[in-house]
Amino acid sequence: MVGETLRNLLMIAWLLPLAGFAVEIFGGFWGSRKSRVAAWMSVGCIATGFFCSLSALLIWGSSNNFWKVPHETDHHADAGHAEPDHAVADHPADSHDSHDSHDSHDSHDSHDSHDSHDSHDSHDSHDSHEPPVVLGQTVYSGTLYYLARFGSLDISLDYYIDSLTLVMFTMVTFIATCIHVFAMGYMSEELTEELVDHSAHLSNGHHVHRPGRYYRFFAFLSLFCFSMLGLVLAGNIFQVFIFWELVGICSYLLIGFYTERKAACNAANKAFVMNRVGDFGFLIGLMVLWTFFGTFRFGETLNDKGEVVQAGLFQMLPRDETGNVLRDAESGDVKIGVVTAAVEPGGTRTIPYSLLVVAGLGVFAGCVGKSAQFPLQTWLPDAMEGPTPVSALVHSATMVAAGVYLVGRFYPMFVQEVLLTIAYVGCITLFMAATIAIVATDIKKVLAYSTISQLGYMMLGLGVFGWGAGLFHLITHAFFKSLMFLCSGSVIYGCHHEQEMPKMGGLWRKMPITAFTMLVGVIAISGLAVPGLISLSSVFAFSGFFSKDAVVATSLAFVKGNPSHFLLFIVPLVTAGITAFYMFRLWFYTFAGKPRDQHIYDHCHESPWIMTGPLLALSFFAAFCAIGGEEGPLYRLITGDQPAHVAHGIAAPLGSGELTLPGHEAIHAVHGTAGTLALIAAASGTFIAWLLYGTTLVNVAEIKRQLSGLHGFLANKWHFDELYDGLFMKPSHVVGSCCVWIDKTIFDGIIHASAEVMIFISKWDKLFDEAVVDGFVNLLGDSTFAVGRSLRVIQTGRLRQYVMFIVVGVVALFAILFTTFPG
Amino acid sequence: MTADLNSYLFVGAVLFVCGVVCMATKRNGIGVLMGVELVLNGANVNFVAFSRYTDLGLDGQIFSLFVIVLAAAEAAVALAIALNFYNNHLTIDVDRANKLKG
Repeated sequence: MVGETLRNLLMIAWLLPLAGFAVEIFGGFWGSRKSRVAAWMSVGCIATGFFCSLSALLIWGSSNNFWKVPHETDHHADAGHAEPDHAVADHPADSHDSHDSHDSHDSHDSHDSHDSHDSHDSHDSHDSHEPPVVLGQTVYSGTLYYLARFGSLDISLDYYIDSLTLVMFTMVTFIATCIHVFAMGYMSEELTEELVDHSAHLSNGHHVHRPGRYYRFFAFLSLFCFSMLGLVLAGNIFQVFIFWELVGICSYLLIGFYTERKAACNAANKAFVMNRVGDFGFLIGLMVLWTFFGTFRFGETLNDKGEVVQAGLFQMLPRDETGNVLRDAESGDVKIGVVTAAVEPGGTRTIPYSLLVVAGLGVFAGCVGKSAQFPLQTWLPDAMEGPTPVSALVHSATMVAAGVYLVGRFYPMFVQEVLLTIAYVGCITLFMAATIAIVATDIKKVLAYSTISQLGYMMLGLGVFGWGAGLFHLITHAFFKSLMFLCSGSVIYGCHHEQEMPKMGGLWRKMPITAFTMLVGVIAISGLAVPGLISLSSVFAFSGFFSKDAVVATSLAFVKGNPSHFLLFIVPLVTAGITAFYMFRLWFYTFAGKPRDQHIYDHCHESPWIMTGPLLALSFFAAFCAIGGEEGPLYRLITGDQPAHVAHGIAAPLGSGELTLPGHEAIHAVHGTAGTLALIAAASGTFIAWLLYGTTLVNVAEIKRQLSGLHGFLANKWHFDELYDGLFMKPSHVVGSCCVWIDKTIFDGIIHASAEVMIFISKWDKLFDEAVVDGFVNLLGDSTFAVGRSLRVIQTGRLRQYVMFIVVGVVALFAILFTTFPG
Repeated sequence: MTADLNSYLFVGAVLFVCGVVCMATKRNGIGVLMGVELVLNGANVNFVAFSRYTDLGLDGQIFSLFVIVLAAAEAAVALAIALNFYNNHLTIDVDRANKLKG
């Protein structure tokens, strides 16, 4: 019951934007460029989607008694844990142990996950003597549509609904709705028959004149929403891949929306190509998974009677009671748990441990491309060529977060080597991007690097076993970063498409709402907090503090367990300070101080309500969505269905050289320390930013001159573009010019020579034709003509003459007859 | 003197030659037609004679019947042509009928 309701609601939310896209793109809006109908349609679709998602979330919560929990239990930390019984119930390890217990557990699971409401209730009452009320392990999965079958491989559209799916749905649809509304104002200059694009030049130096493309923008946004929601809803990794590519193409279309601008075209191509690099790894991961696991589904496949036909990917990897992946003592291979009753009765398969690592790294490679992590990060700043609402929706809140989402979704399949890679990639990315953001002067570029840096935080959080922390940061970041992008959009709109911060300054007088909401976002991302405002043990802070705190605390707990990886704590801590520094630099640069360009200042204005409205709505959530921190509703919602082995962590056997992964207890123990350190870092970063940019005490230009080497290094983005240029572009060009040389000299030579030979042969052929063939044909014609001409004389038309011919002929015949046969 | 096959063939040949001479010499269209009738009837005499004196049976007589019918049809058509020709040219001299000469 619940499962079906959730499925239907989410399907409506998912498919409405697709319908909207179809109507908007084919609906003939090119006939009326001044019509806002397409935009309203798009907003209507996504807003309906939001209400569907929200009600799905509420239904999920009430059917799982989620809303009651905080009142019934004092021990908040337990809220994230499922009670041991249930943690085990979903545990693949013991489904491997004994067949009996496996069966009972599976039927148990199928009660939970496959919407038999009655049994669910009875199961609740059965456990009712054990407070707190069950949280989590309430996954609803199934198949929507079979696409194709190759051998034993089903390609299908599945759904996999757990609390993470629902939270993502609600977040994506809400932010998308805000951004759609904002875009109605921001893109309004497209509402014209003839638009002059001042950034695009024709070869004769004139500006490009083109019809407005208002409807097309909203059609692409709708298509993107459909793709993104499909990615979140996907119930198998192949379906994820399909929608992964779809969001990629939407990103390509939207970055290159101003297709007449060379920079936009290049940026779109760059984004697409960089993503392909990551997707190649993704494909390798898919191949490994398919070869050894034989299914792409996350959840179990059931037949009509509700029996398990095939285990899902998430149930197959065997883990012991501490959460370590079980390995064969001799070979080190991993025995995959119950595979398929139908295909291999009672059989098990083994996968070499190294290939398990390869599969994980492959899938992660896709996430690296999509989430712009090191070393594929360079496309995201360039993607800022797209319209600002696109940057807010696609390149900060949703699509780039899809990589993080997939890491979180695919968490049960990652072994610790993969997790460590994820952590280090995130760590490198977050530091590098933050340093570049310090020197960037384009307001959108600062935000882009900030996005990369925050995505690095999420990856780091996931990598150091902070499943909840990483995804928590994903949600809060989506709110405050989309808010800040929209604010920058408002600034750009108000300043008539000026993006360079050195030309701004003092704008808060002209655009107070934008300045205020931006400040909310800046405080949220910086992680500033006021300790002890409400009570001594709690802090008052905006969302970013809580989520970043969770990430930093997890990494501190991780480093405590594995001291050799101390950088994983130091770097994010330092970067927390850098983050606060560059964000406040942005705010001071743009909104505070004196106007640096009087012309721009005089002409700039606050945006209309249709743009400031979404800013206010988003700023409310950016500030308060994470209220309560890790005991708050958002965090508990996200972790409602967390992977079973996350809660208690994994302790490495002594001397094994393996990693100790912190559980919730370990993280909770260092929470205070980490939070304090992070707050100190953020506060000092803020202070330095104020000192440099908020006051006139320090001459920034002087510092910049003294550190010109470092500044140049950072301003050139750590020379990554040059590096890739040297590593890939230049060799490609060399190979290309070699190919051109081979083409021009060898292949063209062969072709030209054969052409010469052909011409020579044809000349002789022509002579032969003219002399012999033509001569013969002409001779034939001429002789026929001559015979006809001579015979013409006989045809006198005189009747009596003809009779005479007949008579003469008859006589002649008789004469011949009698002479030939005499007698 | 009894009539034998050769007598009939002789009569037929005389008729035929008369007809041909008539066709070849007459300039009057009707005369030419009469010549044609003589030729056909010469042939008819031959058919009937062969049918009487050899073991051809009735075939020759059937053939001669067909020839008579054909001659009638031909005469009808030819007279119609002659009439029309006369209407247009006020003569039936066949030497004047040279419009189709190449």
